[in-house]
Amino acid sequence: MSEQVAVQGQTKQINLLKVLGPVHVWALGVGIVLVGEFMGWNYGVGKGGAFGALISCWVIGLLYTCVAMIDSEITSTVAAAGGQYAQAKHTIGPLMAFNVGLYLVFAYTMLEAGDVQVVGFLIQIGATDLLGTAPTHWEPWVVLSLAILALLNYRGVFMTLTVNFWITFIAFLSIIVLFFGVKPWSPGEILLHKDLLTDLPYGWLGVFAALHFGIWFYLGIEGTCQAAEEVRSPGRALPLGTITGIITLLIAAALTWYVAVGLLPWEYVGWDLELAPLYDVAKISGSKFLHIFLFIGTLFSAIASANGCINDAARAWFSMGRDRYLPAWFAAVHPKYRTPFRSIIFLIPIGIIFAIYVPLAQVITFSILSGLLNYTFMPINMWKFRKMWPLGSIKRGFIHPFHPLPAIVLLVLCIATFFAIYLGYGNQLLAMMLFYIVASLWFVVFRYKYVRRGDQFTMPWPKPLGY
Amino acid sequence: MWASLGWISWAVSAVLILWMVWDFLKVNRSFGEDVLLSSREGVDELFADSGKARGTER
Repeated sequence: MSEQVAVQGQTKQINLLKVLGPVHVWALGVGIVLVGEFMGWNYGVGKGGAFGALISCWVIGLLYTCVAMIDSEITSTVAAAGGQYAQAKHTIGPLMAFNVGLYLVFAYTMLEAGDVQVVGFLIQIGATDLLGTAPTHWEPWVVLSLAILALLNYRGVFMTLTVNFWITFIAFLSIIVLFFGVKPWSPGEILLHKDLLTDLPYGWLGVFAALHFGIWFYLGIEGTCQAAEEVRSPGRALPLGTITGIITLLIAAALTWYVAVGLLPWEYVGWDLELAPLYDVAKISGSKFLHIFLFIGTLFSAIASANGCINDAARAWFSMGRDRYLPAWFAAVHPKYRTPFRSIIFLIPIGIIFAIYVPLAQVITFSILSGLLNYTFMPINMWKFRKMWPLGSIKRGFIHPFHPLPAIVLLVLCIATFFAIYLGYGNQLLAMMLFYIVASLWFVVFRYKYVRRGDQFTMPWPKPLGY
Repeated sequence: MWASLGWISWAVSAVLILWMVWDFLKVNRSFGEDVLLSSREGVDELFADSGKARGTER
């Protein structure tokens, strides 16, 4: 384990530890997202039918492939905690960076709250199904899971993401085992696609509305770059972890859709009260082993997601504190565990309050909207990045192909998805926009004077083209 | 049984959270802000030949 204490004048310098490898990056990205294969995506089936959800899975898969490519290139050069926030302050400017930092913190904190809520509900459902008796209250399990994950995060990033790797791997394995367990080589025996698949029930407008829920398949993969300051070799590990992560998710999404719509009618899969379709598929498959394994997989996916979200939200908050976008107090690093311990401690109560008092659909919508705003920033960021530092001017760990095509595709798909969300959650979208406008005004009027602009440009790059 | 497990969960959560708060206060008292806030954005070996980060000895 590398020791990162350097002497700067008389003061010991304490940095985050560089101990992570590509496996941890994969565990962070896929860990946050995989819960979306177990639940949430299925509400898209309610909007657009089985094929509508599949089309949305592909279209949003394309959106996230663009996100992963763009993120991999920029993060492989901006090796700093804070991910897209650190990118924004280097390529665009303080106001954009402040907003992107907030998008990240909100997206992850809300997702974390939703994840632990799901843990509480799953324990009730699993106990009823498997033991015949269930706890009356889900809240103790929510707080217990958050307390354990907070402690893990507090005590070190290496153990946090090693645990995340194993639980994410088991959750992914459960999808693979379920796929083979329903005998896809023998159509009609267990899988009944021929009988269950229908035309688009609400036409192409339904497909369009389903885009909102296609995001669940991949929401959070961009979180890999929050680990930039803690990986041993960002130039290699981040692109490798992110690209293998998105490939894993594309495979998991395809298998999930195929299995779920082959065993359950689309009306049931897309029903508002259907929490975990893959678990239900395992339940009706007739195999006790699959039933138990999918319960464990679903539970682990929610825990892994919350774990990764605590990690990422704290890094973004910490980075903003370090640059004085927020009080510098938040930028403290634990001298022993080398974690942003004040940011972790500060955000946990917020997660607990939202998990216990705000309905699941609301917290997830807040998370998705913040995530989408972040993706909308990415194409602008990419254009500016390539324009200011063209290929060859600085060393890149990864160069994404076909620029500017991925940026254009990403921007178009983001606008289309915003419109799809507006159709179903217009009020939340407008409320969220209003919140970010008010926060921006606060930043400009009250906070910007504390930002030390010269100090925050930390990458050893030449002056940008044209300056 | 579930009622007891629920209470045990609350108790374990309280112990874990209190431990973090205790450690948090201990660290804040034992170290000055100049040490705790000394972190700087680092650079990777990818850029080793490109110079060094502002304020970071390598």
